Amino acid sequence: MHRFANPTQFMRIANAIFPWAAGLAVVLFVFGLPIALITSPADYQQGDTVRILYLHVPAAIMAELIYYAMAAGSAAFLIWRHPMANLVAKASAPMGAMFTALCLICGMLWGEPMWGTFWVWDARLTSTLIMFFFYLGYLALGDAFEDPERGDRASAILALVGVVNVPIIKFSVNWWNTLHQPASLSLTKSNMTGDMLLPLFLMLGAYSFFYLAVLIIRVRSELLAAKIRNARMSQIAGHEAAQPAE
Amino acid sequence: MTRKTRRLYFVILGLLGLGAGAALVLTAFQDNIVFFRSPTDIADGKVSGGQRIRIGGLVETGSVVKNGEDISFSVTDMSHSLKVQYRGLLPDLFREGQGIVAEGRMEPSGVFIANEVLAKHDEKYMPREVADALKKSGHWKEGEETMGSEGSAVQKGMTPTSTAPAVTEEPAKTP
Repeated sequence: MHRFANPTQFMRIANAIFPWAAGLAVVLFVFGLPIALITSPADYQQGDTVRILYLHVPAAIMAELIYYAMAAGSAAFLIWRHPMANLVAKASAPMGAMFTALCLICGMLWGEPMWGTFWVWDARLTSTLIMFFFYLGYLALGDAFEDPERGDRASAILALVGVVNVPIIKFSVNWWNTLHQPASLSLTKSNMTGDMLLPLFLMLGAYSFFYLAVLIIRVRSELLAAKIRNARMSQIAGHEAAQPAE
Repeated sequence: MTRKTRRLYFVILGLLGLGAGAALVLTAFQDNIVFFRSPTDIADGKVSGGQRIRIGGLVETGSVVKNGEDISFSVTDMSHSLKVQYRGLLPDLFREGQGIVAEGRMEPSGVFIANEVLAKHDEKYMPREVADALKKSGHWKEGEETMGSEGSAVQKGMTPTSTAPAVTEEPAKTP
């Protein structure tokens, strides 16, 4: 764990992973999207509308997993003061918000033709919207303090508060009756045929590697920005030291 | 105890507290979180009349009567059924045996007047050929329990029209 807390070590590993992550993301999108949107079979009752699933479900999975990653990074930052953990959490938040938005938008476009409505306030949809607000709140709160350290701590606490909501999203369809149907996939059982699972997993892979690649880019640029800040600070400090004291 | 351990315990305790709080709140508001009530809830008088509610269940086979834009049908949860009257457009998935959720009011006569009818579909996806093959081979089981671990399908009011057994054995690791 502590090895990764060192930015140099972290970046060495991240830079080695980056071309693979970016390449795999591109390859999986190139193969996955045509299968998902064109060649995979239509559903027996939903027809071609089922193709929205291949964008919607992986986005939902990513949104929830990224929230867990963000919360874990925030916890490590609060407890052990790992700055790298905080950087990863901060770099993940916009990606998580994006995937949540994608999940919600695709879900609405799917709900309209199938359910007959864009939106209902059932437990699944509402808790997902709450997660979206936690992402936005995290992003806003971090920048709301003059002292960035305090902002980081406040937003990390917010991320931990919101993590309680994520299992609620997952189990909402089992705990309460909802308009949203229960999960089609579990560890042991699948309610989809193999030719439908293939595009689903291709898209999930594409999303995952896309997240990983963008995460590395974001962390790298954050580290560079910090380096520039530090260099400026020492320059200013050097200037002040050079001024003759009055 | 170092400051780090103290912070660790603090975070763990905080999360446990939040989790317990959330669990209590969600249990207390159980009745408000459910999206719809079943015909059994109505029959048991659990829902006071006159207020806007949603009811959910399966469209009873043979109960749909269309008269221009006026539609009447029965919604059943297999133990009780409820007559519904509706005027307007129905979702494409609406048909006999399909799970639906209707929003509206109970009339004193015992008829549910719906303003909105939504279709609720199940979590099974398969190509048409597979569905046909399953039907042909007799593995297509209507109304079989598929609604997850707890509660009967009917209680949850979302048994789909066609609940085939799990069509693949592929292990999957995603929600």
